[in-house]
Amino acid sequence: MASFYQLDFEKPVAELERELEESQTRLRMEAKPGEESASPGVADLQARIATLQEKRRTLLSDLYSNLTAWQTVRVARHPARPQTRDYVRMLCKDFQELHGDRRFGDDPAIVTGFCRLGSVKCLLVGHQKGKETSEKISCHFGCAHPEGYRKALRAMKLAEKFGLPIVTLVDTPGAYPGLGAEQRGQAEAIAVNLMEMSRLRTPIVSVVIGEGGSGGALGVAVADRVGMLQFAWYSVISPEGCAAILWKEANEQTNTAAARSLRLTAKDNLDLGIIDHVIAEPTGGAHREPLAAAEALRAWVVSQLDHLRGLPIDELLQKRYERFRRMGAFTEPSEEPPVVEVKPSAATKAV
Amino acid sequence: MTQTASRTWSEIRPARRSAIPEGLWLRCTSCSKMIYRRQLETHLHVCPECGFHYRVGAEERVRQLADEGSFQALFEGLLPADPLKFRDLKAYPDRLKAEQAKTGRSDAVKAGTCFIKGRSVMLVCLDLTFMMGSMGSVVGEVITRAIEKATADNLPLVIVSGSGGARMQEAGLSLMQMAKTSAALARFDDAGGLFISVLTDPTTGGVTASFAMLGDVIIAEPGALVGFAGPRVIQQTIRQELPEGFQRAEFLLRSGLIDAVAPRASLRSEIARLCDYAGKGM
Repeated sequence: MASFYQLDFEKPVAELERELEESQTRLRMEAKPGEESASPGVADLQARIATLQEKRRTLLSDLYSNLTAWQTVRVARHPARPQTRDYVRMLCKDFQELHGDRRFGDDPAIVTGFCRLGSVKCLLVGHQKGKETSEKISCHFGCAHPEGYRKALRAMKLAEKFGLPIVTLVDTPGAYPGLGAEQRGQAEAIAVNLMEMSRLRTPIVSVVIGEGGSGGALGVAVADRVGMLQFAWYSVISPEGCAAILWKEANEQTNTAAARSLRLTAKDNLDLGIIDHVIAEPTGGAHREPLAAAEALRAWVVSQLDHLRGLPIDELLQKRYERFRRMGAFTEPSEEPPVVEVKPSAATKAV
Repeated sequence: MTQTASRTWSEIRPARRSAIPEGLWLRCTSCSKMIYRRQLETHLHVCPECGFHYRVGAEERVRQLADEGSFQALFEGLLPADPLKFRDLKAYPDRLKAEQAKTGRSDAVKAGTCFIKGRSVMLVCLDLTFMMGSMGSVVGEVITRAIEKATADNLPLVIVSGSGGARMQEAGLSLMQMAKTSAALARFDDAGGLFISVLTDPTTGGVTASFAMLGDVIIAEPGALVGFAGPRVIQQTIRQELPEGFQRAEFLLRSGLIDAVAPRASLRSEIARLCDYAGKGM
C-alpha cells in the first residue's frame, strides 16, 4: 500500500496508513527475537494497531460516504481502479476474446469476447482505458474509435445469433475526438449501435464501472438493465468539458461546480431514473479491494441475467423500448398553461 | 480529454457565420460582396453571389420546404423543465426564459405533417436559434413522437438537423434522448419507413451520434459542418492544424458518410424524388 496513488482528499487516510505500517513493522521486529507472545511491548503495539485499523476504517467510510461529485469523478479515474480486463481476469472463466470490426481494424479501447460468468455463458463488451503507459496510449485512454463501436456491434450480433446474453462494462471519458475517428464516421458508428442495441433479440445488462462519458459510453449501454458502481460517474459530458464550455474555463473550482450541476453520480442517476441499480463498492472504493468489487458486480449482473433470460423476447424488447421511451422531463401543454409569451411573429402558420 | 489549449478559443474559432446582419443591404460574410437583403431572402437565405448558405431557423426552414399552407404543426407547447436544478453562470430556467423571449419558441424543435411537392411527409426541424438547437428532453420527445406517428401513419420522415448536440443543462437526460430517438427509428425502420436526414450547418455531438446519422438517405447542405466532436475539441486533442474543409459536407461525401450534398434550392425536389422511390405512404 506504500506506493499507492493518493488522491488529495485521502491525505488523512494516507497518514494513518503510514502510522499503521510503521507499527506493523515494529511489531514484526519486536515479535521475532523472543518468540514469547505476551511481551508488554508487543501487546501495546498490537492494541495500537487494532485502534489504528479501526480508525482507518471509520475515516475511510466517513470520507467515502461524503464524497462530492467531483471527488467521485476522481475516484472513478483512480489509476488502480479495476478495468474491464481486470474484471475479466477476476470473474470470467474461459474468456474467448474476439478481435476486429472486419472493416477497418481492431480497437484495443473496446474489449469483446465470449465468457462464462458463474454458470451463465455470455458475451462481454467493455471499454479498456489501459493501466501501463503503453497500454493507455494504445487504448487512447479508453476513448474508442469507430472501429471499436463496430467491433462491439459485430460481437453483439454474434451473441444475438447464438442466443447468448450480453454484458457490457462502461468505462470511457468519451469517444475519441480525432481526424481518423471523424473521417471513419464516429457519430455514425455510435448512432448505429444505439439503434441496433435497442432491437437486439437477446438480454443486455450494462454496468458503468468507472467513467460513463457521453455518447461514447451510451454507444455500448443501451440495455435492459443498467447499473453503476457506487463511485462511477455517468453523464452527457465530462465535468471539465462542461466547465470549459459553460464556465469558459476548466479549473478545480469550475470542475467542482460542473460535476455537481451535471448530477453525474450513481445516486443522482438512480434518482433521475437513468439507471436501475447502484452496486455498492467496498469501503474506500473498488481500487482498495478489487476482488470484493468484482464479486458485487458479478452478483448483480448474474441476478439480472437470470431474471431477463426468463422473459419472452418480445416482452423483453418492449420493456427495453419503454425503458428509454419514458426518459426525459418536460411539461405537457395540458398540464399547465404555457408561461411563455409567444410573440405574434410573421411566420406562416398551419392552415 | 480536455487539456488546456496553448491558444485561446477566440484565436482558433471559425468566423461567426450564423445570423444575417440587419439592414437593407448587407455584406456577405463569405464573399464580402454587397447583397440586397430582400434578394437574399428570396434566394432561401443563400448568397446569390457566392452560394454561401446562411443558417435559418425552424420557421423559415418549414416555409422553404413545405408546400405553401400545408404544414400542420404537431406536439406543440411541450415545455422544458429543470429536473437537475442546473446552474452554471446562469440558472437553466433563466436561460430558457431568455431564449423563449428571444425566439418566441418553447424549445428548439418544430414538427408537423406537410406536403413537399405534393408528397405527404412528417417533417421535423431543429431550431438553431434556440440554445444552438441543442437536444434536451423536449426535443427528444417531439422527435420520438414524430417518428412514432410517422410509423403509425406510414409517412416518410424528414428531419432537418442543425444542432450543437445534446443539451448540457439536462445532462444525463439529454444523453438518454439519443437512445430514445434511435430506438424509435429502429421501429420505424422495422416498419419499412423512409427516413431522409438533412444535415445543415452545424450538426455535431449527440444529435449527429443519434438520429441525424441514421437516415436511410442522408443529404447535407453545401459547406455544412457535420461531425461528432467539434473542431476545437479535436484541435486540442491532436494539437495540430485541421485540414482545410475538414468535417464539411463535401468532406463527408468524399469519406462515404453521406449520400449527397444538395444546395438548399434543390432540397424539395431531392426529397420528393426519394419519396417517389422509397416512400410508401401517400
